[in-house]
Amino acid sequence: MMGRASRRDFLRTTALSGGILLAFRVPALAQSVPAAPGAMGAPDFAPNAFIRISKQNVVTILVNKSEMGQGVYTSLPMLIAEELEVELAKVRVVAAPVDVAYAHPQFGIQFTGGSMSIASEWERFRQAGATAREMLLSAAADTWKVDRATLRAENGRVLGPGGRSLTYGQLVDKARTVPVPKDVPLKDPSQFKIIGKPTKRLDSRVKVTGVATFGLDATVPGMLVALVARPPVFGGTVKQVSADRARAVRGVKHVLSVPSGVAVVADSFWAAKKGRDALEIEWEVPPASAVDTDALVVEYTRLAKTPGARVLRTGDVEAALGGAAKRLDADYDMPYLAHATMEPLNCLVRISPDRCEIWTGTQLQTVDQGNAARAAGLKPEQVEINTLFLGGGFGRRATPSSDFIVEAVHVAKGAGAPVKTIWTREDDLRGGYYRPMWHSAISAGLDGGGKPIAWKHTIVGQSIIEGTPFAGGFIKDGVDATSVEGAADLPYTVPAIAVDLHSPKSVVPVLWWRSVGHTHTGFVVESFLDELAQAAGKDPYQFRRELLSGHPRHLGVLDLAAQRSGWGTPPPAGQARGIAVHSSFGSWCAQVAEVSLSGNAIRVHRVVCAIDCGRAINPETIRAQMEGGIVFGLSAALYGQITIKEGRVQQTNFGDYPVLRMDAMPKVEVHIVPSTEKPSGIGEPGTPLMAAALCNALFALTGRRIRSLPLVRHGFESA
Amino acid sequence: MAKLTINGTVREVAVEADTPLLWVIREQLELTGTKFGCGMAQCGACTVHLDGRAQRSCVLPAARAVGHEITTIEGLARGDRLHPVQEAFIDQDVPQCGYCQCGQVMSAAALLAKQRNPTDADIDAAMSGNICRCGTYQRIRAAIKQAAGRMAGGVRS
Repeated sequence: MMGRASRRDFLRTTALSGGILLAFRVPALAQSVPAAPGAMGAPDFAPNAFIRISKQNVVTILVNKSEMGQGVYTSLPMLIAEELEVELAKVRVVAAPVDVAYAHPQFGIQFTGGSMSIASEWERFRQAGATAREMLLSAAADTWKVDRATLRAENGRVLGPGGRSLTYGQLVDKARTVPVPKDVPLKDPSQFKIIGKPTKRLDSRVKVTGVATFGLDATVPGMLVALVARPPVFGGTVKQVSADRARAVRGVKHVLSVPSGVAVVADSFWAAKKGRDALEIEWEVPPASAVDTDALVVEYTRLAKTPGARVLRTGDVEAALGGAAKRLDADYDMPYLAHATMEPLNCLVRISPDRCEIWTGTQLQTVDQGNAARAAGLKPEQVEINTLFLGGGFGRRATPSSDFIVEAVHVAKGAGAPVKTIWTREDDLRGGYYRPMWHSAISAGLDGGGKPIAWKHTIVGQSIIEGTPFAGGFIKDGVDATSVEGAADLPYTVPAIAVDLHSPKSVVPVLWWRSVGHTHTGFVVESFLDELAQAAGKDPYQFRRELLSGHPRHLGVLDLAAQRSGWGTPPPAGQARGIAVHSSFGSWCAQVAEVSLSGNAIRVHRVVCAIDCGRAINPETIRAQMEGGIVFGLSAALYGQITIKEGRVQQTNFGDYPVLRMDAMPKVEVHIVPSTEKPSGIGEPGTPLMAAALCNALFALTGRRIRSLPLVRHGFESA
Repeated sequence: MAKLTINGTVREVAVEADTPLLWVIREQLELTGTKFGCGMAQCGACTVHLDGRAQRSCVLPAARAVGHEITTIEGLARGDRLHPVQEAFIDQDVPQCGYCQCGQVMSAAALLAKQRNPTDADIDAAMSGNICRCGTYQRIRAAIKQAAGRMAGGVRS
C-alpha cells in the first residue's frame, strides 16, 4: 500500500536555524505566487515575475532555472539580493511555474541548459531586484513625505532622515501602488556586496538532511506507482502481451498499453516491479532496429572518407596538405554515452478532465508543457509543471520529445488515477537518449619549421537537433551547429582549414550530454594538437601558445594552468603531465593532468584547472562546477561507453557502466581568471578537456597515442 | 504486519517479506531522504544504518531488518542539532544536485562511528560504494576530515 501522502508534503516550508527560511519544498506554492494574493490573505508586493515580498517581510525569489546541482538556486538569487539590498540567507527560493515571463529572452522558452543561466539572467535578475528596490524607496518617500534622494535601502529596510526605518514588509501596501519604473540604473560593480563573493549554497542543509524534494519523492493522495516495459530495441513495438501473471501480483492495479510499451500500475514500487517482471511480451523488432555499434564504427570510418556537408573552408586545404613537409592523419572514435544521473527518471502526473498536474525534475518546461498537453488532450495552459530538485540533469532532462513526461501522462490517463512512473537504473541506462557516437578523420600538414599549414577535419555523428523544435535555429545548410562546435571555431592559427560533417540517421535516440558537441571536438582537437606538437618536436604548451596569438583568453587560461601546475618542471616521480585548452559556452578553460601508470592501471593524481568565465558571480560555485565537470569527463574517458549488439544495449547498471568513485578521485585545483567581462558558462566548460589532458599525459608517459575512448577499451583500468 | 525500529520508534508496516527495506522506508514510512539509485547495492544512494553500520537498503528484504535498529538520514541529527558530518558537508559546500548526499552522509557517519580519525585509505574504502555523478568526492573527503576533527575535539561525544 502506498503511504498516507498529504498536501503537507507540498505545503511544508522548512524553517531552518538562524532564522533562515528556505522553501525548496513548495512548488505548489509557487503556482499561486504569481497571482497577487499572498499566502496569508494579504496581497504581496509583486513588482515583477521574480520577486514577492509579503507583509510578514518574507522575500521570495522565483527562480526560472532548474536546480540540478549547478547552483542556480544560490547564484541567481545572489543577483536579485545584490540589487534589492536584502540578506541572501533570509530569502525564500521557489521554483517558478511555467510562464512566458520566465522564458529565455532570446529562445522564448523556459529551459535550463547550454550553461547559460547566469549569462541570460545577469541583466534581468539584477534589473528585477533594482526595480523592486526603487519602488520600495518611492513607497517610503511617499509614506514619510520626504525627498526620495534622502533615503537608502539596506538589509531589507528603507532608512530615512532622523533615524527613520521601515522594513520592506511594512512598505508592501504602498509599494503595490507605485508605478513600475523602467530601466532602473544598476549598481556599479565596485559597489557589489554579494556578487563575486564566495558564497555557500543555500540548498545544502535541505540536501544533507533528506528534506529536499526530488521528483522521486513527490507524492499526492491516492497515488499509484508504475513501471513501464519498453521494447528491447529502439524502434521496437509490442506485438502481443499476456498480462495475466502480472495482474495476479498482489498490489498490481492495472496493466496498460501505452505508446512506449506496457505499463504496470500498482500500489507500490515493488509490486509494480514484480508485476512488470511477470509480463509476457512478444516484441515486434523492425530490421532498422538491429543496430551494432562495432559495425557503426566501420560505417562511420568509411563515411568520413567521403565529402560531407561543408562546415568551414579557409584557403586551399588539399593544396596545402600536398605541399606540407610533414603530413599527419588520424582517426578518432567516441562511443555513445548515457547521462546516468543519480536519480533515475521519474514523473508524477495527476489528470482531471480540465487539468494535468506534473511533478518532476525537468530542464525544458515550455516544451514539456506542450508535449504533455498533446498527450493529455488538453491545452498547454491547462498543464501545470511543478519543477522539483533534479537529481542530476546533464542534459537528460531536457528532452525535446519529453519522453519520460509524455509517457507518464499516458500512464496516468490510462490508470484514471495519479501515477508516478519510475524508471529503474536499468530502464534509465537502456532507455536511450545518448551522447551520439562520433568519428573524426583528421589530417594536418606541417611546414619545414613545424608550423601547421593545413587542417582537414571530417566529423561523423548523428544530429541531436534534427527533428526537434530547435532544428530551425541550429541547422543551416545541413550542418547542425552543435555537432561541430569546438571544431568549426578552431582558435589555432592555420592558414588552410576544411571542416566537413556527416549526420547519419539511426533509430538510437541521441541528446545533449554535458558540453554537447564539445565532448568530442574538445578531445579530438586537443589530442591532435598534441600529435602535431610531437611531430614538430615542440613542447605541447609552447606549441599551443605560438598558435594562439590573437586569442588572449585562450592564452590566459593556458598560461595560468601551465604556471600553477608547474609545467616545465619535472613532474612527481613516475608521473607525466598532459595539457589541453578549449573554449565552450562562452568561457575558456585549460587543464593539466598529472598521470601515472602501474601495469595497466591508470591513476590521475592531480588536475589543475584554469577557468575564465568572465565576471565570477559565485567563485565557490565555479570551483564546484569545474570539479564536477572534470569528474564527469574523467568517468567518460576511463570507462564510459554504451555499446549495442543486435539492437540491444549491453550495459545495465553501474557494474557495467562504471563511473568515477572516491578511490579514483584526483586532487582538483581550480584557478579562476579575474575578469570584468560579462559572465559566461560554468556548468559544461570543465568537461570537454579532461579526456584530452589525460590521454596527452598518457602519451607523454608511454609514447602511446590513444585515439578512441573509453580507455578501458585499450586494456587500461582505473587504479 | 512487521515491526520495524526506525529512528528510535517502532513502526508497524504491512509489506511482502521480500520488499526491500528501501521501499518500505520511502513509501510506507514516508521518509524520502533515503534514495533509490540502482537497486543493486552499487551506488549507495539508499544507505541507512542497521545497528550503526552502513547498509544498502535497496537489497535488504524488509523482513531481515526486523529486530534491528534502523537509522535513516532523518534520524541522524539530534533534534535541531545536526550530526557533525552534516555540518561539515554544509561547511565544505559539498552538495551539488544533492541526490546522493544523504547516502554519502550516512556512509561517512558510519565510518566515523568506528574510526575516529580515518586515513585517506580508510575514506576510500568506506566511501567508494557511494557514487556521486556531480563529482563532489574531493569535498566529501574534506568534510569527513573536518567532522573527524570536530568529533575528536569533543563537539559531539
